[in-house]
Amino acid sequence: MKIIVAIKQVPERDAQVRIEAAGKWIEEAGLQWALNESDAYALEEALQLKEKHGGEVVVVSAGPERVGSTIRESLAKGADRAIHIDSADLGNRDALGVARLLAAAVKPENPDLVLTGLQSDDLGLGQTGVILAELLGLPHASLILHVEKTESGLTVKRELEEGWFQTVELPTPAVLTIQSGGNKLRYATLMGIKKAKTKEVRVVAASELAPDSAPVVVLERVAIPTKQKSTQMLGGSAKEAAAALVEKLKFEARVL
Amino acid sequence: MSGIWVVLEERDGRVSRISWEAVAAGQKLAALTGLAVNAAVVGAQTERLAAEVATKAVSKVVRVEHSLLAGYTADGFTLALQQLFESENPAQVVFPHTYQVRDYAPALAARLGQTLIGDVTAMDEGPVFTRQLMQGKLNGTYRHTGGGTCFVSVQAGAFRADAVEAGTAEITIFSPTIEAAQIRTRPSERFRGSAQTVDLGSAQMIVSVGRGIKDADKLPIVQELATALGAELGASRPICDNGWLPMERQIGSSGQTVSPKLYLAVGISGAIQHLVGMKGSQCVVAINKDPGAPIFEAADYGIVGDLFEVVPALTEAVKTAKQ
Repeated sequence: MKIIVAIKQVPERDAQVRIEAAGKWIEEAGLQWALNESDAYALEEALQLKEKHGGEVVVVSAGPERVGSTIRESLAKGADRAIHIDSADLGNRDALGVARLLAAAVKPENPDLVLTGLQSDDLGLGQTGVILAELLGLPHASLILHVEKTESGLTVKRELEEGWFQTVELPTPAVLTIQSGGNKLRYATLMGIKKAKTKEVRVVAASELAPDSAPVVVLERVAIPTKQKSTQMLGGSAKEAAAALVEKLKFEARVL
Repeated sequence: MSGIWVVLEERDGRVSRISWEAVAAGQKLAALTGLAVNAAVVGAQTERLAAEVATKAVSKVVRVEHSLLAGYTADGFTLALQQLFESENPAQVVFPHTYQVRDYAPALAARLGQTLIGDVTAMDEGPVFTRQLMQGKLNGTYRHTGGGTCFVSVQAGAFRADAVEAGTAEITIFSPTIEAAQIRTRPSERFRGSAQTVDLGSAQMIVSVGRGIKDADKLPIVQELATALGAELGASRPICDNGWLPMERQIGSSGQTVSPKLYLAVGISGAIQHLVGMKGSQCVVAINKDPGAPIFEAADYGIVGDLFEVVPALTEAVKTAKQ
């Protein structure tokens, strides 16, 4: 089975967010970057499928040069090779524009399966995988926790709201968006890190894949949310704050 | 252009609450743009649902009906609504931001050359649409440009279902052309993951733990606080993903929805998927080391600090107060 995993590099979860001067995005200088969480689960699912059924795992990621470190990390975990869509201004594309880039890179590979994470931890659009399926003309299923290969295609476990699930049967080739938590994530081994250095990373310019077209949807500005609720912050030492909280819960909120 | 269209979903045979919220959002958009609001229901038998919608202030209700729409599939719904919207050419389409909508609306928009503005929390003059970024640490303002239909989906709880105005509407039927072979996926009936033995929904107090706990070995300090309070223990998704607590203790969009008297969030940053599951709580307390964590937005009381110091101190203070 030939599996392509589309991954995204995002700011570290604990990153302190500062808005850039133009007010359109965050200040990226000085940020630490990481593999998007649900993409890590997509990669894990791909590696496990390869271990069971053989084949190849190819990672594809769009972004500037820094994305290379996240690509290497994926290769160190066991992906066979990678395609880096080099783009310094990915932020000027909307979800459809980014999916067009990925589709152009994925199509000539003729994969049996394309996996993406459910949504990114930065923009949180949760659309790329579903649009990618549409552009590739492939069936898809989203919010997938488990994938099983069958004779005619795949049986997948899909998460629904409030603790419900369903299974979905679909033919391959197909696109799945993977939810976090379906598998236990692996770490890269020392051997894996060493091997990753020799694995192929093909760099393709975004402009070669899909011409820049005006985005349909534009992020005009970003802002720190204004408070909806007046929160009483309790300071002092841990002990003082704890004592103050108990007082408040008992005599003000009257819930103790 | 034919105004604003709202696509409604059913739940247990009736219009779902979040669909009414989408109608309220459509009416808000109508006030901003001066356009009329229409509603669409999709399925194999939509008569009852359409009748329910027709008691509200919408211009018309369209039953998008086909036997192949009996159960939801992305292929079926995308095809059906593609045909409806190609014939109606709406200015805006509003969806409730459900798992189902997330599964097909991005593809539907793309098929029509558009991009969905998903998970919208507010709309303002322009119109411009607000949605959260960076796990709720930021708000982003989005605008649809160019011609064509603007597709948006609205977050649960962002608009008020009870704000939907009453009225009467004409009901018509739209019959899309769908071939069985065009539906490529076969979904099963839905099922529960495991027997639910914990009903957090009726708990009076919940102590909930998140990623900040860092290690399963540290969970007892939170359990001790819950015990001292006589509270149930809950968790955000990553804790259950790691297998540190069973799935049935998960609170949020994919877990349980709770509304206790006291909700105490320990080391939970407050991503929207978690907040939708607990924002009905009467009193919310947040303990987190990051003063910028979105959980503080939802909290009545907050303590910025190291949970490994604050939680044991709180356990002691609760025990003392109860003596």
